[in-house]
Amino acid sequence: MTELTHLTISEARDGLKAKTFSATELAQAHIAAVEKARALNAYVLETPEKALAMAKASDEKIARGEARALEGIPLGVKDLFCTDGVTATAGSKILGNFNPPYESTVTQNLWNDGAVMLGKLNLDEFAMGSSNETSAYGPVVSPWLRRDDSGSNSLGTVLRSARDSATNTLQGDAGLLSKFRVPGGSSGGSAAAVAAHLCLGATATDTGGSIRQPAAFTGTVGIKPTYGRVSRWGTVAFASSLDQAGPIARTVRDAAIMLRSMAGPDAKDTTCADLPVPDYEAAVTRGVKGLKIGIPKEYRVEGMSPEIEKLWQQGTEWLRAAGAEIVEVSLPHTKYALPAYYIVAPAEASSNLARYDGVRYGLRENGKDIADMYERTRAAGFGREVKRRIMIGTYVLSAGYYDAYYVRAQKIRTLIKRDFEEVYAQGVHAILTPATPSAAFGIGEKGSGDPVEMYLNDIFTVTVNMAGLPGLAVPAGLDSQGLPLGLQLIGRAFDEETLFAVGQVIEDAAGRIALPQPWWA
Amino acid sequence: MSVDEKTVRRIAHLARIAVTDAEVPHLQGELNAILSFVEQLNEVNVDGVEPMTSVTPMVMKKRQDGVTDGGYPAKIVQNAPVTEDSFFLVPKVVE
Repeated sequence: MTELTHLTISEARDGLKAKTFSATELAQAHIAAVEKARALNAYVLETPEKALAMAKASDEKIARGEARALEGIPLGVKDLFCTDGVTATAGSKILGNFNPPYESTVTQNLWNDGAVMLGKLNLDEFAMGSSNETSAYGPVVSPWLRRDDSGSNSLGTVLRSARDSATNTLQGDAGLLSKFRVPGGSSGGSAAAVAAHLCLGATATDTGGSIRQPAAFTGTVGIKPTYGRVSRWGTVAFASSLDQAGPIARTVRDAAIMLRSMAGPDAKDTTCADLPVPDYEAAVTRGVKGLKIGIPKEYRVEGMSPEIEKLWQQGTEWLRAAGAEIVEVSLPHTKYALPAYYIVAPAEASSNLARYDGVRYGLRENGKDIADMYERTRAAGFGREVKRRIMIGTYVLSAGYYDAYYVRAQKIRTLIKRDFEEVYAQGVHAILTPATPSAAFGIGEKGSGDPVEMYLNDIFTVTVNMAGLPGLAVPAGLDSQGLPLGLQLIGRAFDEETLFAVGQVIEDAAGRIALPQPWWA
Repeated sequence: MSVDEKTVRRIAHLARIAVTDAEVPHLQGELNAILSFVEQLNEVNVDGVEPMTSVTPMVMKKRQDGVTDGGYPAKIVQNAPVTEDSFFLVPKVVE
């Protein structure tokens, strides 16, 4: 039998139903795998007791024949979701030992369907980053190694000894550390945990690509649903008009199963749509016959790697062979999405993060008066990337600059959305693009001098958030160094079903990617 | 547009983030890198374009104007660094 940690969600569901194994055994197998993988730093908090208690309750439900949609399925939770009585850090020091006395709607929905919580997953601080290196709790290391670096067990030893036991940061020779790959970000812990078999699926969030880019870097499947499909209530806010939660899983079907449980109307979030949630799992077998798939010429960016270009071409061929009609389309404002995002997102972040002031929760640094207390608290509690974004946001919203930056960016956002609407009005059902401009890079390799170098990771994903559309990243192959590459599918608003249908065709054509062996254990 | 050191300090103060003298030049460089990156937005003709206010067309949900939740002050202040009798404590603001 397959190892319990190597099952897909749908296989685990069948096995639990057939009583081949129990939810407790499934939870125990994962708890053991998580313990052995601490050097990856995917989890910021393990909750084994909670997992076992939830698994026991699931076993009782199963015994009574009352199994729910995710009964007994062990999941990881990105530490941006508040979970009742379990500390939430958002990857930041400023939240201190914040212990939320409430449960986010997304996680509540998952527990209502019987899922089991293994722990909280690492992330870039306040979800601001593309490599998981901005976390205040140390970087996550991807389970993937380049082909030339894998096959030796020494890197496991190197990683374990490089991990500082107090801070979880990596210490040591930068050249050696750069052999380790980033898992992407901001949902780096989620993607790494799913790829390393430390949970069957994970919650994640996406403001500019934070589900899709890490999914692409780790050979996993991630979907950012349409804005409003999933409630944002109880999820730590970054940029409220762009944030959306979604799952990361190992197959398209698993992502569909998870999203169905996570999504749905919520009176606590006024931007959450009052729309019924379709049976996404039923959509995965629909196929692509009769669908029109758009290939946007503006995504063929200057200096694009030939490997990405080839992968994209391959994806196009797979869809054509499966019966889709392929058409070239134009999204003329694509190149402006990323710069406009770096006005809109920091502006919203500067407003959302004003609440961390040392008064109601989290860290407080005393000062000579209240303003001094605020300034010292925020200087001590926020990391560099977060400070930078708050300051950019503060600047673009400040008197005299608001129209030149913020209003202009919001106008450009209207144009970006219009581009998509015009393409969909031509009968296009979904758009195929690369997910990222490259495979995963090394720890410490990018963005140290110029923050924009790191931002460019989101060049293909950020348009989707700006237009509020759904986007799915699906693994499509490996690069010449043996690292995974993903394709992205962009859909019509509230039509995640088509993305699952098309995504499954790519998964079937590409074949499931063999995930790495546990060199870290 | 680019920012000078004085502007960096002013923004930091508006954002209520203390910065050291050593941090200012780094922040200045990083902020200017971002500002120069977004400069390309000036190429776009936005005449007559409405700024986006809602990414999906939706009517704001309304509910009855009434108390729907609350009555647990201890829970509200449980995470605060300093409290007294279910109040948040801050440094003296008015002399």
